[in-house]
Amino acid sequence: MSTAIAPKLKTSAMIASFADPGQKTASAPFGHALVKAAQENDRIVGLTADLGKYTDMHIFAQAFPERFFQMGMAEQLLFGAAAGLAETGLVPFASTYSVFAARRAYDFLCLDSAEPNLNVNIVGGLPGLTTGYGPSHQATEDMAIFRGMPNLTIVDPCDSVDIEQSVPQLAASDGPTYLRLLRGNVPTVLDEYDYTFELGKAKVLRGGNDVVFISSGLMTMRALQAAKALEAHKVDVAVVHAPTIKPFDAETILAELNTDRLAITLENHSVVGGLFETVASSIVTAGLGKRVVPVALPDEFLDAGALPTLHERYGLSVERIAAKVLAELS
Amino acid sequence: MILAQETQTPNRTPDDAGERLQKVSRAAYRIRHHALTMGEVQGQGYVGQALGAADMLAAVYADQLRFRADDPEWEERDRFLLSTGHYAIGHYAALAEAGIIPVKELETYGSDDSRLPMSGMSTYTPGMEISGGSLGHGLTIAVGMALGLRYQGSTARIYNFLSDGELDEGSTWEAAMGAHHHQLGNLTAMVDINALQADGRTDTVLRTEPVTEKWEAFGWHTQRVDGNDMAALLAAFDNAASQAAAVGRPSVILCDTKVGRGVPLLEDREKAHFMRIEEHEWQLCRQQLTAGFERTAGK
Repeated sequence: MSTAIAPKLKTSAMIASFADPGQKTASAPFGHALVKAAQENDRIVGLTADLGKYTDMHIFAQAFPERFFQMGMAEQLLFGAAAGLAETGLVPFASTYSVFAARRAYDFLCLDSAEPNLNVNIVGGLPGLTTGYGPSHQATEDMAIFRGMPNLTIVDPCDSVDIEQSVPQLAASDGPTYLRLLRGNVPTVLDEYDYTFELGKAKVLRGGNDVVFISSGLMTMRALQAAKALEAHKVDVAVVHAPTIKPFDAETILAELNTDRLAITLENHSVVGGLFETVASSIVTAGLGKRVVPVALPDEFLDAGALPTLHERYGLSVERIAAKVLAELS
Repeated sequence: MILAQETQTPNRTPDDAGERLQKVSRAAYRIRHHALTMGEVQGQGYVGQALGAADMLAAVYADQLRFRADDPEWEERDRFLLSTGHYAIGHYAALAEAGIIPVKELETYGSDDSRLPMSGMSTYTPGMEISGGSLGHGLTIAVGMALGLRYQGSTARIYNFLSDGELDEGSTWEAAMGAHHHQLGNLTAMVDINALQADGRTDTVLRTEPVTEKWEAFGWHTQRVDGNDMAALLAAFDNAASQAAAVGRPSVILCDTKVGRGVPLLEDREKAHFMRIEEHEWQLCRQQLTAGFERTAGK
């Protein structure tokens, strides 16, 4: 009798869902939110660089074919043209993968949209570690790249609620924005909390006396799950969600950090240049001598593989977060 | 003597062909004169390029472009996009010739707090549609403007001025493909082929020829002319206009130009991206320019 070996998990399709089995989800929340916003604002147009189906932009393209512009696999053209559309008074949402927006088209976003402060909305798929395809597709440093761009607003949504509520606010805000897109079947998490997305605001989702989590993006979902898991260990955890990375709501965050609770930041991004360093610079600027422990991706090119394997490997899983908290408290 | 400060109604085309040619040639002369004055204030600058491109700029501002000098943001205006930001010296001269900025203001070129920085930016200067300078951007923005204006039912045309050096940039060709794919018949590109770029002659830096065949292969209505022959330039614009349609082929006019054109002293000088002119030479340059103009179109 041979020894049974558990089959290894496989890298799934390009865009693996990070929803847990049986979790409540919404289908293509960005595409539907953009259609809804466009019904109310006839200046909204959409464009993509051969990734309409992979960024949920196809929903908009089907609803408004005359307001959708396919730019082909040409990201410099995508964002140059988006600026040109905005120059004529339209409000473009331009989608591609975050790696291509941040790494390949930076100059075009910086000079054509950010410098003239145009209402160009960048929609980047596969932010952080949301694909198992390896460094060509994993935008682990997108926020680090974009944070240095003047005028740019950066939003890292947690779930379908954040996406649905942020899209019309991004369209209504004057300058350029960058949305870290979650696409496909996106978890619905924040509907269970007394929460609404407000551009530029961080929100306390739950209070707690022992630990405070400051999180953004899908890591807010993990933070809430870890907080529940830690209840069994009699650890009381607060969760503060900071979906707008820039401009950063330092006031709310500093008020939460100015206690003797263990402080932990959680982000789906490299430990360099993302939420952790944004929080750290706020702390230093305010003269607050507060230690903060980061849960973030390492400053490395990451492995290829299945998302659950990789999230466990790099410390983004609920189990790894809870273990880190208990180790810090012991 | 033709006064550099002479003013005209810029964007009205005379019916008579000879009158039209003379009007635009005079504008080109004044643009060159302005550029020399601005160069003297700075003591340097991209004067060679401005002189080479003056005929193209004059054809646009004195003949082709629909605009309102007192309302540079007029919604129905045609758009002129300067992709080559360092050609701003020539563009400012054209904006002054068009009455969009005062001639007197040209003296502030490149000075602190001036609206006329060395590299052209939309946030500084009335009539400057984009911030050029990072090369290979202009045509991508032009594609978006052409799509946006057509979608909104505008009949405005978009002119993108670029240089042959910008043909090195991949983004220029992304945009060339996109403009053809979207059938942007409201878009005209003008390429200044002076065969010179920062590190030397274009054919020694990165060979771009055959340029005509490249644009044809990208599906554009392509013409190549002597960019310092005003009659040929106007004929090319007329030819482009005769085949233009809101949904149709984009048009490119490839213009072979001569750096320093109109000033023999500079035409014969060793060609350089950033031409050095001695303090005592500026007046001589203007004299040569005026003498040459009076011998030809000014007659």
